[in-house]
Amino acid sequence: MSKKELLSSKEIQIILHRLACQLLENHVDFKNTVIIGLQPRGIFLANRLTNLLREDYGVKEIHSGSLDITFYRDDFRRGDKTLEASKTHIDFLVEDKKVVFIDDVLYTGRSIRSALTAIQSFGRPSEIELLTLIDRRFSRHLPIQPNYRGRQVDAINGEKVQVLWKENDGQDIVYLINE
Amino acid sequence: MSELSVKHLLGIKYLNKNDIKLIFETADHFKEVINRSIKKVPSLRDITIANIFFENSTRTKLSFELAEKRLSADVINFSASQSSVKKGETLIDTVNNILSMKVDMVVMRHPNPGAGVFLSKHINATIINAGDGAHEHPTQALLDSYSIREKLGDVQGKNVVIVGDILHSRVALSNILALKLQGANVKVCGPMTLIPKHIESMGVTVETDLRKALNWCDVANMLRVQNERMDISYFPSAREYTQQFGINKALLESLDKEIVIMHPGPINRGVEITSDVADSNQSIILNQVENGVAIRMAVIYLLASKIK
Repeated sequence: MSKKELLSSKEIQIILHRLACQLLENHVDFKNTVIIGLQPRGIFLANRLTNLLREDYGVKEIHSGSLDITFYRDDFRRGDKTLEASKTHIDFLVEDKKVVFIDDVLYTGRSIRSALTAIQSFGRPSEIELLTLIDRRFSRHLPIQPNYRGRQVDAINGEKVQVLWKENDGQDIVYLINE
Repeated sequence: MSELSVKHLLGIKYLNKNDIKLIFETADHFKEVINRSIKKVPSLRDITIANIFFENSTRTKLSFELAEKRLSADVINFSASQSSVKKGETLIDTVNNILSMKVDMVVMRHPNPGAGVFLSKHINATIINAGDGAHEHPTQALLDSYSIREKLGDVQGKNVVIVGDILHSRVALSNILALKLQGANVKVCGPMTLIPKHIESMGVTVETDLRKALNWCDVANMLRVQNERMDISYFPSAREYTQQFGINKALLESLDKEIVIMHPGPINRGVEITSDVADSNQSIILNQVENGVAIRMAVIYLLASKIK
């Protein structure tokens, strides 16, 4: 197994600021926009971005929540393992709101497909956008593309992109792992 | 840890501590789902489930059916009273005929103890026991423990008394097994005629004085007097039973502390429990019913994920 550093802590920090600014450009005061982190790994990025927007860019009120897509996945019973669920926490209405899905890595697009179905249980958003830190090019199974991307990488199927966060894994870093 | 150790849910006897923990954690997620405005998830859209009830049921049957539908499974219902069982068809024949229609899972209630185990040895489908005679009723015990966990934070170390007809009750047996597995202290209380011999060997204590038992416990699970299973008289009269083993508001208020009242239903109001107790805010009877759907969704989901 070989491991290559794709993004350092410093680079991640710069990218987070850029993504926050891009969100700000499109959503201004976030009055009609909600941020939804996708469980389990998207919530760290979602929390970072909402904190940045609040603290560094002076957005006063920003609704954010987390969405678990386990029960909406299309690979139930297709793997060896039982799919384990995480917590969904959405304490606001998404009806007629602009929703921004946030996830760490966009790979096949199947998780996003599941999230698009899952969010319907909470109402009918006026618009849905997608933000991912890493966009793995040429690996999509579905016609899904991000509106905001941190870094685009070319990774072959045997490779894995691993995103680590300080609050969960001890440091901010992104690796490309070849198994 | 992330999957059940069993292929069928035949009884609490076959589960371990981690299985119960996994079922509860999964049920937490489903409880959130069933409180959304759209209460349905598509997980089981390619699974067909047959609910086969050889005995009457309201809550369990509705609860299973609702849980299955909330998971998007296809559901067929079968009641023995309206079927060819009356014409003499055997259990295996009946079930095999149903399975020929490509059914993946069978939820069965049957008056004979061990019917689920028997079926699991002869047919190729996942079996969930929804009550087999006076033997086990695993989903009821799971939802009871889950309700205790929800109300008191944890089951471990809690004092639980099960009051009433322990002898004929599958709810009692499954509850004792589930509670002991999770580290609760269990007492049974009732007329000696309705307490099985050697029940102490299951690690429970016996108390015949209801007031003493209630003063000891955090939770009292009041069982129904099962008149339909009593071929002889086990106590002189319903009135005497109520006086000795029924809970009323006055008794509840005279206790040293506030206890939680549970009942698996259906309630014989005025026999084991009076209406003002059943409807009081110490009673979590209706929470038990709500939790029943979440628990059954969790059990079905976890077992279905093992169907290949």
